[in-house]
Amino acid sequence: MNFTPKILAYVCTYCTYTAADMAGSARMQYPATVRIIKYLCTGRIDIIHILKGFEAGADAIMVSGCEAGSCHFLEGNLRARERVEYTKQLLDEIGLSGRLEMFEIAASDAPKWVAAVKEMTQRVEALGPNPLRRGKHLHPDAVEQLENMVQP
Amino acid sequence: MIIAERKPFAEIKAMLAPYKKILIVGCGTCVAVCLAGGEKEVGLLASQLKLALGVEDKHLEIGEITVERQCDLEFLRPLCDFTADYEAIVSMACGAGVQFLNQLCSLHPVFPAVNTTFIGVNNEVGYYTEACRACHNCYLGITGGICPVTMCPKGLLNGPCGGMVNGRCEVDPEKECAWCRIYHRLELEGRLDNLREILPLHPHDRTTTPGTVIHPAYKRRYGLNE
Ligand code: SF4
Ligand code: SF4
Repeated sequence: MNFTPKILAYVCTYCTYTAADMAGSARMQYPATVRIIKYLCTGRIDIIHILKGFEAGADAIMVSGCEAGSCHFLEGNLRARERVEYTKQLLDEIGLSGRLEMFEIAASDAPKWVAAVKEMTQRVEALGPNPLRRGKHLHPDAVEQLENMVQP
Repeated sequence: MIIAERKPFAEIKAMLAPYKKILIVGCGTCVAVCLAGGEKEVGLLASQLKLALGVEDKHLEIGEITVERQCDLEFLRPLCDFTADYEAIVSMACGAGVQFLNQLCSLHPVFPAVNTTFIGVNNEVGYYTEACRACHNCYLGITGGICPVTMCPKGLLNGPCGGMVNGRCEVDPEKECAWCRIYHRLELEGRLDNLREILPLHPHDRTTTPGTVIHPAYKRRYGLNE
């Protein structure tokens, strides 16, 4: 199927965001399929943020935080992992399996960010678009809505 | 508090299949603490339903509201004005809340979204254990604060059964025998004499359901003065 995947990346500002920034500065090439939503910590990511992302039409969502043991807020990334695992169960129940993944990408690890985006893009290409999107693009306001939800 | 678990999604979805416009009502007390039916869980269920039906290219209009306590008329009554527009109501409260809501909204079918499990404690986030079976006659004062009715799977009131092995329960060897715990606790408190008293049969006649309690201060109000 010929379509451009739309992937939302909920990332922590201390690690993955920096890694993604570095990938850009270093001119590393990777698919333009990802929209970044920056959190102060992945521990702030609520299950409902992920479900709303899919409601808005995201084909996949990646959550990416610091490596275990190096969270700035001690255990935000561990909590995020628990929530992501539970959200995967909720998604399995409704037939959207395989579209959510958690990564751990340190601030210095731009190549790992590039690899993660490539992996998710391939995965979505195999799965096809989010059935809710029905050939449409991401809802134009979706990313903005999510950003508003994330801001306190 | 009351502990409940969210029902499997497929079961909820099947119950709601005939309807086009539903209201999900959460409860902000016990079921919110045990992460089964509070405001957040109402949002998650609504989102899950929207996604699941969206995948099938169907549409369901969903209202969301959470009241402080569904088992309390004071909080439930204002909902009346709110429910008229909907075809069906999903309650995320314990069974008591569901039934109270059902009584109040007599024109709508009301469906439960959680399985009410037990009266228990919140050990840590997401980890709950049963603590009391609401037996109508609390023994905790005699048994060192450890409930024989709940913690002993057989509910024995006068010491352990013959199956206790090295302080472990024969029903579940993973668990300590409740009567062993009771003995050690009373020993620690220097109250082992408590165990010489033979407890009478449990007043099972009082446990006939449904139970009613009227506070002594309100007997007159409810016509029970004598
Ligand atoms: S309905 Fe009452 S008992 Fe049930 S969860 Fe709500 S507050 Fe607790
Ligand atoms: S004896 Fe146990 S079950 Fe009975 S009221 Fe006390 S704690 Fe609850």
